[in-house]
Amino acid sequence: MPKEKFVLLESTCVPLPFENIDTDQIIPARFLSATSREGFGENLFRDWRYDKSGQIKADFVLNNPAFGGKILVTGKNFGSGSSREHAVWAIYDYGFRAVVSSFFADIFRNNALNNGLLPVVVPEKFLEKLLRLIGSDPFQKVSIDLENQVISVIPDGDAVQFDINPYKKECLLKGLDDIDYLLSRKDLIIAFESSK
Amino acid sequence: MEPKTLFDKIWDSHVVQSVENGPDILFIDRHFIHEVTSPQAFNGLRKRGISVLMPERTLATADHNIPTKDQDKPIKDELSRNQVDRLTENCRENGIEYFGLNHSSNGIVHVIGPELGYTRPGMTIVCGDSHTSTHGAFGAVAFGIGTSEVEMVLATQCILQPRPGKMRITVNGSLGKGVSAKDVIMYIISRISTGGATGYFVEYAGSVIRGLSMEGRMTVCNMSIEMGARGGLIAPDDTTMKYLRDLPSFPEGFSPDFLHGQWNDFQSDPGAVFDRELEFDGSLIRPMITYGTNPGMGMAIDDSIPRINDIKAEDTASFLKSLDYMGFEPGMKLLGHPVDYVFVGSCTNGRIEDLREFARIVRGKKKAAGINALIVPGSKAVERQAVSEGIDIILREAGFELRQPGCSSCLAMNEDKIPAGKYAVSTTNRNFEGRQGPGARTLLASPLVAAAAAITGQITDPREFII
Repeated sequence: MPKEKFVLLESTCVPLPFENIDTDQIIPARFLSATSREGFGENLFRDWRYDKSGQIKADFVLNNPAFGGKILVTGKNFGSGSSREHAVWAIYDYGFRAVVSSFFADIFRNNALNNGLLPVVVPEKFLEKLLRLIGSDPFQKVSIDLENQVISVIPDGDAVQFDINPYKKECLLKGLDDIDYLLSRKDLIIAFESSK
Repeated sequence: MEPKTLFDKIWDSHVVQSVENGPDILFIDRHFIHEVTSPQAFNGLRKRGISVLMPERTLATADHNIPTKDQDKPIKDELSRNQVDRLTENCRENGIEYFGLNHSSNGIVHVIGPELGYTRPGMTIVCGDSHTSTHGAFGAVAFGIGTSEVEMVLATQCILQPRPGKMRITVNGSLGKGVSAKDVIMYIISRISTGGATGYFVEYAGSVIRGLSMEGRMTVCNMSIEMGARGGLIAPDDTTMKYLRDLPSFPEGFSPDFLHGQWNDFQSDPGAVFDRELEFDGSLIRPMITYGTNPGMGMAIDDSIPRINDIKAEDTASFLKSLDYMGFEPGMKLLGHPVDYVFVGSCTNGRIEDLREFARIVRGKKKAAGINALIVPGSKAVERQAVSEGIDIILREAGFELRQPGCSSCLAMNEDKIPAGKYAVSTTNRNFEGRQGPGARTLLASPLVAAAAAITGQITDPREFII
């Protein structure tokens, strides 16, 4: 089934300068009882956005009207812990299309790539600078060019290359689906099983 | 021939094809599913108009959101009930074996896989749950996946996966009294941090690991994910073979003796190269406890929380945010700190040996006033075994109650929640903010530490109770 393509993204950013943000923070387990993929954005970072009585926590960045955009910039080891893909669905459903960090937990990264949410890994120095920059200027835009694998502060700020598996890059650029790819090799898989 | 690691031997023998400049197409021997991460995958199959390719390779259980009391009655929470009903229907429609609620084989997915003989050396095993690494204790390549990948495995029995790096963690020496497998893995994580093994698959080795029971090895492999590892595994040996031989039965007419001829296939060759090697001295490990909000924030139970000067400048904000959540101060000692709840269970420490350890300490004593305890077996089989050994009676006489199996308060999807602000000593795997309920404060520890807290009402060194 064809998927949404990711080619070039230019957007303001939301800074979340904490490390080791686990998927329980991104979407708490009590919201995992749904059986569809939709609607998780409403509860993204639920317990950081709302207090016990459901009141908005004004000091959390998603509640600050100055900040918005399609790029989430966050501290190292983002998405650790539970394998719940609901975390990616929540981030995507909220409106983000890319997450920038100095490294991602493995399962989260795979889940993101499988859902058209681009995980962009940048050097720690670049990340620190970017967090400072967007933290002090909510209008600062950043460009993520997947074809050339470059993330840059626009119009004329710092830029760095980022890595992505060439197969996954191709899938995102063209909106290709892993399962279609594997299904096209079904005979090979069945033959492999019989030979085991 | 080039010496190979155990991980590479298993991985290589399951590669159907390598995608040029891309991941491998890895054949999956065994796929476990549960109610929470599978419904969207089955919806996906329906949209594609396809069915499960090899249903006999998938096994299902209901564990994550089920109650641990009155399991014979309908599930009260409507969303949870709906999710379990969907799993039941999805399994029936697709011919998947399903150990649902009240089935004599029901339990936490990572507890029942091994005890029912589904988990075996040399296999590739996946499940939409990060603690799938547990099965690595048998010398299997087992790892957690997301729901899109669950759909992929249901549709094709394969997964597209880049090969991770290889790390070996050797723990030599011997363990002191009151020090268990849980302390070993918590010690390792506290030393290398919660992201310290990201990108790697870990092989555990050394005399301490060899000396662990299968239950202990499962605890170690289970928490591999808590340092970011893709998975963890331990080469099978006589302990593994004895465990397998003692099992009542196996699916697919398997016999453990079959493994003997291929013994070399299940060991890393001498001289095999790992991308990273770490070594620890087991005799330095003391009973552990966490003080923060990720599993890397752990220390020996009689130590003090680090001071600000001990923390790297860039980590300070996260460190202080974490202590603020826990209601702790830098430099504080935790021994003697009051505890409100004790939870024993989960895929980390919900097996029979864990209940035995807990019972060993509380036997003949009384639960401290003010302690709420949740003692949850990992499976129906564990529950039956506990009853047959009289553990339920020991618990009852000490003021505890054995509940029914499930994931329970480990992720608090059911009603077993720790109230906001309360301190819970838990034998689980994650002390994340809100993990055991909004505002709950989790202190990860072994069943022995949990038992010592349960009878004293405070954080207590369990070595005081061991002669």
